Amino acid sequence: MGSTSPSGQSVDLAKLDPIYKKYEGMAKGSLIPVLQAAQDTYGYLPLKALDAIAKQLEIPISQIYGVVTFYAQFRLTPRGKHIIRSCQGTACHVRNSARILESLKSTLGVKPGDTTEDLKFTLETVACIGACSLAPVMMIDTDAHGRLRPDRIPKILESYSN
Amino acid sequence: MTTETLKRLNNAGDLDAMQSEALPKLAIRKDPSAQIYGGVTHHIMVCCDTGCTSSGARKILEAFEADLKEKGLDKTVDVVVIGCHGFCEMGPLIVVYPNDIYYVHLKPEDIPEIVDETVRNNRAVERLLYHDPESLKPIVHYKEIEFYAKQKRILLTNCGHINPESVSEYIANDGYKALAKALSQKDNTDGLLEEVKKSGLRGRGGGGFPTARKWELCRNAPGEKKYIICNADEGDPGAFMDRSLMEGDPHRLVEGMIIGGLIIGADEGYIYCRAEYPLAIRRLRNAISQAEALGLLGNDILGSGWSFHLHIKEGAGAFVCGEETALIHSIEGKRGMPTARPPFPAISGLWEKPTNNNNVETWANIPGIIRNGGDWYASYGTQGSKGTKVFALTGKVNNTGLAEVPMGITMREIIFNIAGGIQNGKKFKAVQIGGPSGGCLPDSMIDRPVDYESLIDAGAMMGSGGLVVVDEDTCMVDLARFFLSFTRDESCGKCTPCREGSTRMLNILTNICQGKGKPGDIELLEELARNIKLSSLCGLGQTCPNPILSTIRYFRHEYEAHIHERKCPAGQCVDLMNYWIDPEKCVGCGACKKICPVSAIDGYKKEPHIIDTKKCIKCGSCIDACRKTKAIFRK
Repeated sequence: MGSTSPSGQSVDLAKLDPIYKKYEGMAKGSLIPVLQAAQDTYGYLPLKALDAIAKQLEIPISQIYGVVTFYAQFRLTPRGKHIIRSCQGTACHVRNSARILESLKSTLGVKPGDTTEDLKFTLETVACIGACSLAPVMMIDTDAHGRLRPDRIPKILESYSN
Repeated sequence: MTTETLKRLNNAGDLDAMQSEALPKLAIRKDPSAQIYGGVTHHIMVCCDTGCTSSGARKILEAFEADLKEKGLDKTVDVVVIGCHGFCEMGPLIVVYPNDIYYVHLKPEDIPEIVDETVRNNRAVERLLYHDPESLKPIVHYKEIEFYAKQKRILLTNCGHINPESVSEYIANDGYKALAKALSQKDNTDGLLEEVKKSGLRGRGGGGFPTARKWELCRNAPGEKKYIICNADEGDPGAFMDRSLMEGDPHRLVEGMIIGGLIIGADEGYIYCRAEYPLAIRRLRNAISQAEALGLLGNDILGSGWSFHLHIKEGAGAFVCGEETALIHSIEGKRGMPTARPPFPAISGLWEKPTNNNNVETWANIPGIIRNGGDWYASYGTQGSKGTKVFALTGKVNNTGLAEVPMGITMREIIFNIAGGIQNGKKFKAVQIGGPSGGCLPDSMIDRPVDYESLIDAGAMMGSGGLVVVDEDTCMVDLARFFLSFTRDESCGKCTPCREGSTRMLNILTNICQGKGKPGDIELLEELARNIKLSSLCGLGQTCPNPILSTIRYFRHEYEAHIHERKCPAGQCVDLMNYWIDPEKCVGCGACKKICPVSAIDGYKKEPHIIDTKKCIKCGSCIDACRKTKAIFRK
């Protein structure tokens, strides 16, 4: 049954079984999709789960750790319920995205990469989400919010607080 | 997802039959007087790509569905979800057929009026039409708007005009005809390659390597098993051409890759798409499963005996994976770091097999070339750069959006005619082309034709097609610093010139922006840039100095003003300026005091306020709050 991760949360390793099954036939190059699916399941990648994946795929944990830390998408710590990605791409930059980020930081009281204490929001920056025509933009989970102004941020966040 | 019953097509004749069956349904979109099919009198096309969705297109879609149902019109009016129509600035936008009426900037409360007027009475609702910014006259048909009129859409022909989740709409518009034609010549793939050669198509990912020559290398490489890859890891900030294509016309990419596989001799392909594009991935998965159900992909395609399989790999967030060797390692499940070439992927690529990699736009051009012939494609463009190119127009222009233009058009036409010039009547300063690998072009360079060679000559590059226009308020040193901080973060760290060099250059640029620049910094930057270009392992490092070199080339005076006068001419570098309140203008309303996040503003009601420059974090909120009185300024 569930074992406990360093952060004190229990990790149900049985949830990995359907993921292994799905990528079973794909012997080669299945590590990244497996990690993506595992992160979808847990919200982050607990070390216990990485250990289990290493054994299952017969890939050294060192190599898995290397892959996890290389890609921006993978997280080793739990994240908030909602992920905010504030775009800092070129088009957003010239339309003052820095001020949007400032407003997000002051409203949430966290800096990029961190999660609010109530585990509601994680603030991240992203290089470009490809909605440049609506710059400055941010994504909250899978919703894109465009043509932002710093003073509109609190209201948008409020709509996610429940 | 659209649910269509799909029956396997066993030969080209079956495909023709499917097209004939699908055509009458779409007839009213092409001809207002066409016969009504299935009792459906109107098609309402709602743009729901990533751009319009974030402007609220989903609510428009729901409002139409609810209102039509309430009025008992849901059986006679089809609401069609389309991909990017191009004019993102105007979103949410719709087109109503027949009569092709174009509505922009819609709100859910506008919908009942459109249903009453346009659907019931076939009249346009004037206030919701696009209004020409100069004459202020309403324009009913989008084709008459200058943004569209100046474009040449041969690749985006379906984008925004068909339901991207319906394979029968794609087939109705000659979809998979090119594949059927290619399969009929499957014993003469030399002839097919010849068409690609004649088209003059060059890699649309940025490099501009002739596509046919690249294919030939992989085709002639020894080995039975070969792979093809589509690079859909569109990572350049400011670029969204590939996303729009995948979201708006996914089958075109799938068809292009199948034909490519046939010509190159590969039986398996991968689309490597960045995870930040969830809608594009969903549409591609849908397209692949539809093509498989129809027997257009998979085993024994169209009864020809030839098989080809296509997979999607989601990226995990690494810009360097746009580099082909890094991308290949990422597909293999490793860290996406580049390796030295040779061996080139054409000889030893994915799992050490010969591999050909092209970007989305290149692959998507193939069906048109095979269907209409290489000469048709080559009739567009210039001597050395054939065909069209899709650009993403962003930054401080009036008309942000997606535009496809023939090669050889001038940058001035793109910026001032299609993109409608600069916002708020400001002055044009430069256009950044080619993202973090490219450069900028100032006013003096934008009358040159847009083609691969002349852009390189001007110190920029075609890149994948992101155009970021900046105005007089943008600091060019800060822009260069911005790009460097991007490439520094994205450098994989494998080779020293890129890892250490980008950090060093960024430090120097940051110092200059903070007023700590030293005489000689410009020369030092130039020297570092030259060395990094020469000695880096992959394209990321080799091109990362370009934004610095091109801004120094055209805007050296801005660097000099920062270093020698401690001034930012554009007034953007926060460390080189302060905020002030003009006591003559301030009416003491207190709006600035209220909004200031650090309580740096003080003053009595109805008396001029003051800013404590020591506390001020220069966030600019007070300027926004004082928009009417305009009493706050930066200096």
